[in-house]
Amino acid sequence: MREERSDMSEDEDGGGGSAKSRGGGGAPPPFSDQVLEIVLENVLQFLSSRRDRNAASLVCRSWYRAEAQTRRELFIGNCYAVSPRRATERFRRIRAVVLKGKPRFADFGLVPINWGAHFHPWVSAMAAAYPWLEKLCLKRMSVADGDLSLLAHSFPNFRELSLICCEGFSTAGLAVIAEKCRHLRVLDLIEDYLEDDEDEMVDWISRFPETTTCLESLGFDCVGGAVNFEALEALVTRSPALRRLRVNHHVSVEQLHRLMARAPQLTHLGTGSFGSAAAAAAAAIPQGGNNVVDLVSTFAASKSLVCLSGFRDMAPQYLPAIYPVCASLTSLNFSFAEISAEELIPVIRHCHSLQIFWVLDTVRDEGLQAVAATCKDLRELRVFPLDATEDSEGSVSDVGLIAISEGCRKLRSILYFCQQMTNVAVVTMSKNCQDLVVFRLCIMGRRRPDHVTGEPMDEGFGAIVMNCKKLRRLAVSGLLTDKAFAYIGKYGKLVRTLSVAFAGNTDLALMYVLEGCTKLQKLEIRDSPFGDSALPAGLHHYYNMRFLWMSSCKLSVRGCMEVAQRLPHLVVEVIRERDEDDDHEAVEKLYMYRSLAGPRNDAPPFVEIL
Amino acid sequence: MEVSVSDFDNLKATELRLGLPGIDAPEKPAPVSPRGSKRALLKANEECWPGTSKSLEADTSNQEAQPMAKAQVIGWPPIRSYRKNSFKARKAEVEAAGLFVKVSMDGAPYLRKIDLKVYKGYKELREALDNMFRCFSTGMEGCNGSEYAITYEDKDGDWMLVGDVPWEMFISSCKRLRIMRRSEATGMPSSP
Repeated sequence: MREERSDMSEDEDGGGGSAKSRGGGGAPPPFSDQVLEIVLENVLQFLSSRRDRNAASLVCRSWYRAEAQTRRELFIGNCYAVSPRRATERFRRIRAVVLKGKPRFADFGLVPINWGAHFHPWVSAMAAAYPWLEKLCLKRMSVADGDLSLLAHSFPNFRELSLICCEGFSTAGLAVIAEKCRHLRVLDLIEDYLEDDEDEMVDWISRFPETTTCLESLGFDCVGGAVNFEALEALVTRSPALRRLRVNHHVSVEQLHRLMARAPQLTHLGTGSFGSAAAAAAAAIPQGGNNVVDLVSTFAASKSLVCLSGFRDMAPQYLPAIYPVCASLTSLNFSFAEISAEELIPVIRHCHSLQIFWVLDTVRDEGLQAVAATCKDLRELRVFPLDATEDSEGSVSDVGLIAISEGCRKLRSILYFCQQMTNVAVVTMSKNCQDLVVFRLCIMGRRRPDHVTGEPMDEGFGAIVMNCKKLRRLAVSGLLTDKAFAYIGKYGKLVRTLSVAFAGNTDLALMYVLEGCTKLQKLEIRDSPFGDSALPAGLHHYYNMRFLWMSSCKLSVRGCMEVAQRLPHLVVEVIRERDEDDDHEAVEKLYMYRSLAGPRNDAPPFVEIL
Repeated sequence: MEVSVSDFDNLKATELRLGLPGIDAPEKPAPVSPRGSKRALLKANEECWPGTSKSLEADTSNQEAQPMAKAQVIGWPPIRSYRKNSFKARKAEVEAAGLFVKVSMDGAPYLRKIDLKVYKGYKELREALDNMFRCFSTGMEGCNGSEYAITYEDKDGDWMLVGDVPWEMFISSCKRLRIMRRSEATGMPSSP
């Protein structure tokens, strides 16, 4: 099973199988063996890329050991791919862990609550094995307050905590972190869902040590309730190393002004509401003028700002306050601000250095044209819909897409929500933006064809995979036939992540992808007519992938069972939400992934592991 | 377990509501149901769907919050709940921020409550009040020189006539409304 082992360690740690000895023939004297390993360790500690490390660990047993001793960062792309015990036994000196849990479609409500991805077994294992742990990054994990407490008490040197799209914890857990992690530098809460009741919130900001802190980054824009502002201001004041601060929308623009005055060295700022306290909105208008003037000078004093976000409840009269920093901004997130093109244009005109721009479609094609005219260095664009329904009035269209493609030639990543699109526009982008690595187009109306020609969107996406030779991530939408997938399979040789929804005609489409996309790692499909006969097309490849997700397709238990039987190291989960009176054979949701740990023992009743 | 959207339409038709006849209160979408917060979901459901029993399945309810649009599909368009909730939560907060005011009308047996934020100006407000209290009066049209005057209590506790100050200023200072008989308001007998 050597082939299986090397395939499995390709992308991630912990997925690497037990390396068998590949040592050369003959038994060298033990002494030089040890010397060799010491030398090796000294060299390998400079190796940082996990792919390089995985490769190095396969050379021979001695290299495997040396690599395991020198690895400092552990990346687990799927928390169920390996058991905590196995990971901690192999790697003994880990200082930083990245751990990912639920499949991405969980973000859209497709994975039932209590499906899994519990942090608890991991933190328990790490508490014992990695007392010197410094950094932890969790994504889509279920984290309880008790886990945070265990973390805070187990790692005396703990420095950085990032929780992304996690759930299960509350301000009580944050309080323990703040209080016990005396060396905390980074606390970034990004799009988490906190389990707080309005009346049970804990004043966690007050729990940071009273002395000067070493905080460098504090982000809590997803925390639902208001934080103790006086405590926050005091915290900012005694955190001279603070560079990144992202507050939630309960912080008004007046309060923001005070915070910024305390921390003129900030590089990244999440502004909170950027409006006055709601009830005082009308009353603030007479003094509005003064407020803006003060704010402008505060921004002018923040000479290091390169990244702005927030703007949750923005009062447009405050927008000009950011003009002084626009020219040096590399990242601007307006995706929670309902601004029009007229309001955007005077701002974006100054943003020559912008590389990352997130915005709402309220700016319309006209706003995007202004972006294209100024932001020549743009690398990443995300256009989100204000009204995320299928029949809302479209605000951006093919016109905006073409404008961006013509103005922003260095574009690498785009996420674009729209109501309608044309093949011509997508083809144009494929030709203009040769550096595209990520192309995600979401035509919100399901199966909507090219709105000018009435044809499927096959040619547009075909051009993307054909022309964008660096493409690694693709999300398709609109009316698509099997032909689109034939293109993807034929030309998408570097594609690692593919997202499909309401697309394709027959099993052939899925087969094209499974056979053609040799680098495919993550495939997520929903509501597409793909059945059992397509699954075998990927048997040669499933061990190379992180996961396959298929929901509301045409799969049956029998078809999935065949895959499970052929590939013993694949965990094949069938998730059923409905009651048992429905068709037992039909598979509503399939989630399958390679694993060294075998079927997990924490599966809830609605998950059946084949 | 999961109530389909067509069930919603049927349930809506049979739903018992406490509105006065002739009133079509704006459909209030089911409030955001946070993933994982079952307690909040139950509370929210009781507020909005008094006649229905919704399952405690919280993860997909963001879609179910808009039953009036064409059949919404779960998780489509693919926008994270976090983003959806941010807009809804703000609106909900703004609504809850105290712009609901009581409206009393002289002679009416019970009061009503309205959300001042919903109206764009005085004209809309008058129309809404007209609709709301229509069955209590026969001659309330326009309220300009007719039977009733609309007054409000401001932050200082004074009773003011509605319409003098700019709308924004009005809604920020209005604590409650009272529809007063002209005779009481002016101290003169009402015109025939």
